[in-house]
Amino acid sequence: MIDFIRGHYTYWGVIILMLIGLYGMIFKNNLVKKLIGMTIFQVSIIMFYVASASKWAATVPVLDPATGAADAALYISPLQHCLMLTAIVVGVATSGVAFSLAIVIYRHYKTLDEPLLIERMKAQS
Amino acid sequence: MIQNSPALIPLILLAIAILIPVLALKKEKLAFPLAAGASFVSVIIACYNITRILNGVRISYHFGGWIPPLGIEYVLDPLSAFIALVVNVVAFFVIWHSHGLQATEITGRPVPYYALTLLFLCGANGIIITGDLFNLYVFLEIFSLAAYGLIGIGEKKAPVAAFRYLIMGTIGASFYLIGIGFLYMVTGSLNMADVKAILPLVGPNPAVNVALTLMVVGIGIKMAIFPLHGWLPDSYTYAPSTSAALIAPIGTKIGAYVIIRIMFFVFGVSFVDKEFPIADVVAWLSAAGIIYGSVMAIAQKELKRMLAYSSVAQIGYIGLGIGMANPLGYIGAVLHILNHAFMKGSLFLVAANLRKKMGHSDIEKMDSTCRKKLPWTTAAFTVAALSMIGLPPTAGFFSKWYLALGAVDKGNWLFLAVIMVSSLLNAVYFFRILENIYLKSPLVRPTEGAISPENGNDEGHFAGKEGYSLAIPVVVLSFSLLAIGLWNSAIVKGIIQNIIPPGM
Repeated sequence: MIDFIRGHYTYWGVIILMLIGLYGMIFKNNLVKKLIGMTIFQVSIIMFYVASASKWAATVPVLDPATGAADAALYISPLQHCLMLTAIVVGVATSGVAFSLAIVIYRHYKTLDEPLLIERMKAQS
Repeated sequence: MIQNSPALIPLILLAIAILIPVLALKKEKLAFPLAAGASFVSVIIACYNITRILNGVRISYHFGGWIPPLGIEYVLDPLSAFIALVVNVVAFFVIWHSHGLQATEITGRPVPYYALTLLFLCGANGIIITGDLFNLYVFLEIFSLAAYGLIGIGEKKAPVAAFRYLIMGTIGASFYLIGIGFLYMVTGSLNMADVKAILPLVGPNPAVNVALTLMVVGIGIKMAIFPLHGWLPDSYTYAPSTSAALIAPIGTKIGAYVIIRIMFFVFGVSFVDKEFPIADVVAWLSAAGIIYGSVMAIAQKELKRMLAYSSVAQIGYIGLGIGMANPLGYIGAVLHILNHAFMKGSLFLVAANLRKKMGHSDIEKMDSTCRKKLPWTTAAFTVAALSMIGLPPTAGFFSKWYLALGAVDKGNWLFLAVIMVSSLLNAVYFFRILENIYLKSPLVRPTEGAISPENGNDEGHFAGKEGYSLAIPVVVLSFSLLAIGLWNSAIVKGIIQNIIPPGM
C-alpha cells in the first residue's frame, strides 16, 4: 500500500490538483474563481503528460556529445513536452476568451457572483 | 495545388479569417463578401474532394511531407469527405443569410462575427479531415473558442451562456486530452490508424478503457448527449439567431462525427460493443435524451428555445444510431447527421427571419399574419417541421426508418418504441406552431415590440416580403430536404455504405 502511494506520487499529486480544479469550477460561485479552478485543472493535465515522459537515469532530450545518440533510453521522451507546449497555448487562449467574457458580464450586470447574477438576470427579463 | 485538396479547406478558411480583421478594419462592408467567398470556395473544394473518393479509396495527405506515424496525417475517406460537404454547404447558406441580419442581430460587429465564423469553420473542417488524435484536440479548441465568441456576441444574457459553455466545454476538451494521454502511454502513437493497429496487441488493459471513457465523456459534452447537454439551451437561445443557425447544425454534428471516429475507427467496433460496452451506455443515454428533449421542447414558449431542446432530442437519434453499433443504425446515424444539419439550419434561419420581420419568435403570439407577411419562410418552416416529425418523403423519415430498422435488427424493442413515441412528441410541438401560423386569425394586434409592416418591405417582391437574402437560403435548405429524401437511396448506396466501419 505504502509502495503504491509512494511509487506513484506524481500521479497522486496530479489527481489532487485535478480534483481541486474541478471543485473550483463546480462549487465556487464567483466566476473568476471558476476560471482559477479551470486553470488549475488544465495545469494538472500538463503535469500528467510531463510526468508520463520521465524515465529513470535519463537526461533532457537535447543531444549531448557525452551521452551520444545511440541509446534512446538515456533521454526522456520529448514528444509529451511538445504536445504540452501546444496545450499551454490553448489554455492561455481559453483563459483569454473566458476573462473577456467575464468582463462583458461584469459590465452588464455589475457582479461576478453567480447567485446574484442569476437574480439580476431574472429581474431584467 | 489540386492534389493538396484535403488540406486546402482549413488553410483557406484560416487565412481569410486572419485577413478579415486586417482588410475590413477600415471598410466593414468587406467582411461579408470575404467570408461568403471563402465559404463558397470551401464548398467547391468539398465537392471536388467527394469526387476523389467516390471509387472508395482512402487518400492520405502527409502534412509537411512527414510519413504518418511520425508526422500529422490528413485523411480523406468517404466519411470525412461526406461530413465536410454537409458542414460547408450548410455554413455557406447560413453565411449568405447572415447578410440580411447584419443590421439587427450583429449590430456594429460584422468584422469579429465573420472572422469568428471562419475560424469556427476552420476548426470544424480540421476536426473532420485530421487523422491525428492530438491535432484533433487543437482543432477542437479552435472550433470551441470561436463558438464561445459567436455565442457571446448576442444579447445581454449571451455572455453568461457563453461563459457556462466555456467552463463545460473546457472540462470536455480536457477530458479528451487526458484520454489521449492514456492512449499514448499505452500505444506510443497518436495517429488514428496506427493506434487502431496497435490496440489489439495491447490486450486487456484498464488504461485503454479509461481512455475510451474519458474521450467519449469529453466529446459527449461537445456533442450535448443527455445528460451532458446543460450548456446547450441557454447558448442557443441567447446567441444571435445567425450564430445559433451556424452552431446548432454544425457544432453538435462535429461532436457526433468525432465520437464515430474514435469509437469505430480508433478503438474498433468489437471493442466498444463487446469487450467494453460503452456503445450501450451511449445508446441508452441517447434514448433517454430523445424523450427528455422532446418533452422539454413541448414545454417551451419561445421558438429558439424549443428548437434548442429539440436539438437535444435529435442528437439523441444520432447517438442512438451510433450506440446500436450495427450497420443499419450506423447508416441511420450518418444520414441523420446530414438531415439534422439541414433541418436545424433552416429552422433556426426561420426563427431569425421571424425575429427580424415580426420582432419576436414567441410561439403563442404567432398567427396567420406570419404566413401573409413571410410566405416563403413559413413554407420552408412547414417542410422542415414535417421532416423533423418524419413524414415521408422528407429526409427525416428515412433516417428514422434506418434507425428503426437498426433497433429491430438489434432486437431492442424499447429503442423502437422510443423512436415512435418521440415522433409523436415532435408532431405535438411542431403542429402547435403550424396551427398558429396557418389557422389562428390575428385577433390581437401585435404588441409594441413588433416591427410595423411598412418598414419590412423594401427589398423587392419576388420572395414575398422577406427579400432575397433572407428567403433564398431558408428555402433552398428546407426544400433540399425533399431532394435528400427522394434520393436518399443514392446517398446511402453511393457514400454511406462505403464507410461502414470494418467489423460492424
